[in-house]
Amino acid sequence: MTARFAATELNLSNYRTERRYRLMLFSMTAMLVLPVLIILGILVLKGAPMISWEFLFEFPRRGMTEGGIYPALLGTIFIVVVDLIFAMPIGVAAAIYLSEYAPDNWLTRTINLAIINLAGVPSIVHALFGVGAFVIFFGFGTSILAAALTVAIMTLPLVIVATRESLQAVPQAFREACWSMGASRWQTIFAVVLPNAISGILTGLILEVSRTAGETAPIMFTGAAFFLPFLPESVFEQTMALSLHLYVVSTQVPEVPEALPYGVALVLIGIVLIMNAISIVFRSYLRGKKKW
Amino acid sequence: MTPSNTETGLDEMRTDGDPHIAVRTDKLNFWYGDFQALFDVDFDVKAGIVTSLIGPSGCGKSTLLRCVNRINERIGNVRTEGKVEVLGHDIYAPEVDLTQVRSQVGMVFQRPNPLPISIRKNILFAHGLHTQGKTSKSDEEAIVESALREVLLWDDVKDRLDRVATDLSLEQQQKLCIARLLPVKPAVLLMDEPCSALDPKATTAVEELIWNLRGDYTILIVTHNMAQARRASDECAFMLLGKMVEHRRTEDLFLTPGSQQTADYIEGRYG
Repeated sequence: MTARFAATELNLSNYRTERRYRLMLFSMTAMLVLPVLIILGILVLKGAPMISWEFLFEFPRRGMTEGGIYPALLGTIFIVVVDLIFAMPIGVAAAIYLSEYAPDNWLTRTINLAIINLAGVPSIVHALFGVGAFVIFFGFGTSILAAALTVAIMTLPLVIVATRESLQAVPQAFREACWSMGASRWQTIFAVVLPNAISGILTGLILEVSRTAGETAPIMFTGAAFFLPFLPESVFEQTMALSLHLYVVSTQVPEVPEALPYGVALVLIGIVLIMNAISIVFRSYLRGKKKW
Repeated sequence: MTPSNTETGLDEMRTDGDPHIAVRTDKLNFWYGDFQALFDVDFDVKAGIVTSLIGPSGCGKSTLLRCVNRINERIGNVRTEGKVEVLGHDIYAPEVDLTQVRSQVGMVFQRPNPLPISIRKNILFAHGLHTQGKTSKSDEEAIVESALREVLLWDDVKDRLDRVATDLSLEQQQKLCIARLLPVKPAVLLMDEPCSALDPKATTAVEELIWNLRGDYTILIVTHNMAQARRASDECAFMLLGKMVEHRRTEDLFLTPGSQQTADYIEGRYG
């Protein structure tokens, strides 16, 4: 006679199934992490020896086979900054409108659909749009401005979606409390909604920055140059950029030492990781402050 | 503004038969989209007393409450017909400004919802919305103190006015939510199940507070707790399926209900 409450054959078979699925789901998750570790590992291993002050702060020399990446590094920063000047206010404002003001009607639904589709447009198509619109139609020429605007349009959905989600995470009760006291929508947004959504909004912006830093296709037709022996002096000039420089030294220039592209890639991914780290730290700092 | 000053005055009001009416609805109909939530509701709320609204879930009592400060309209796709008068003025008239309505009609919600800012700023928030120009620091202090004293919270929080309000206990939060309405000097306080998120001890404390505020404010309170309606309101109105079934003195309604539906509800045959 079996003990009371002992597992039956059915129970045991359920536990086996349970373990199988758990193991399968875990291994899928592990596979997700693996490529990241391998990429980072290879980059650090092969690229780290390249990294030095000279590499970061000197011009490329001898057909880009020697020297540093200073103009490309600086150019990427220029593009990111100009991109933010446009993408941040437009994206945040649009998200506030969509989250706090827009009525639920066909126009709002169309706008939402447009945002999703904008996010799905291939980057090379954005590049062609940028050439047509900014380089030719607005007459900015191939320039930092045209490149930044192109990337800004491309990354706007990211800013809008992240901002809108963090606005909607602010409990409705706070809004009702404000409205019931006679606050207008804007007073409510300014006093309560934005301060509580700010960490999410900043995270979205930082993700946008890291995405912008890495984009290649949209800038190679609109403002990023193969090689320039000088730094740009205004936003109407071309610039080098890390992402395009990586493409160039990897595939377009003969006799580049093997470590050089890895060094460029390491710097590029370093920028992205640093931005993400800042966003995580900032987020947890703001999280700790907010309570409800 | 001493809380217990109107005991005798209230009795007069109750027996006079024609006291001042603070809120009056006239043939009020209300729709959420195609769903009609209120049917021809005629309802008079007398000034200076506590009136409770009872009825089963979905009977329209919260909807009725939310028509009195027009916060229903924030949902969109709603329609109101008929009249709601506050202090004798139709609040659905075209020239009416919502901010003005809401300075006269304060609202307390089911879940305490202090803003995630300091206790002091919570009290001063509504005041700031309705006051032009700057208030001096000392006036602000006086406003904060008198509002918190009125809700019996001053002694608990006077040393931590700059702490985040959401750190308070639920009872304190709900008291704060009442206190923040007071600096604007509303005539009417709407309370939507103000104790249902609180434990029994806190419920008692908040009920006592509501009872203390009576006389200075007209209080309309929605509750699904019949014992609460019975012990903490002067008059009581029973609603069912969007209609006002009856509205009488609380003791009368509970002792000798005028309709079979009311009798069945208060005896717990449905709810």
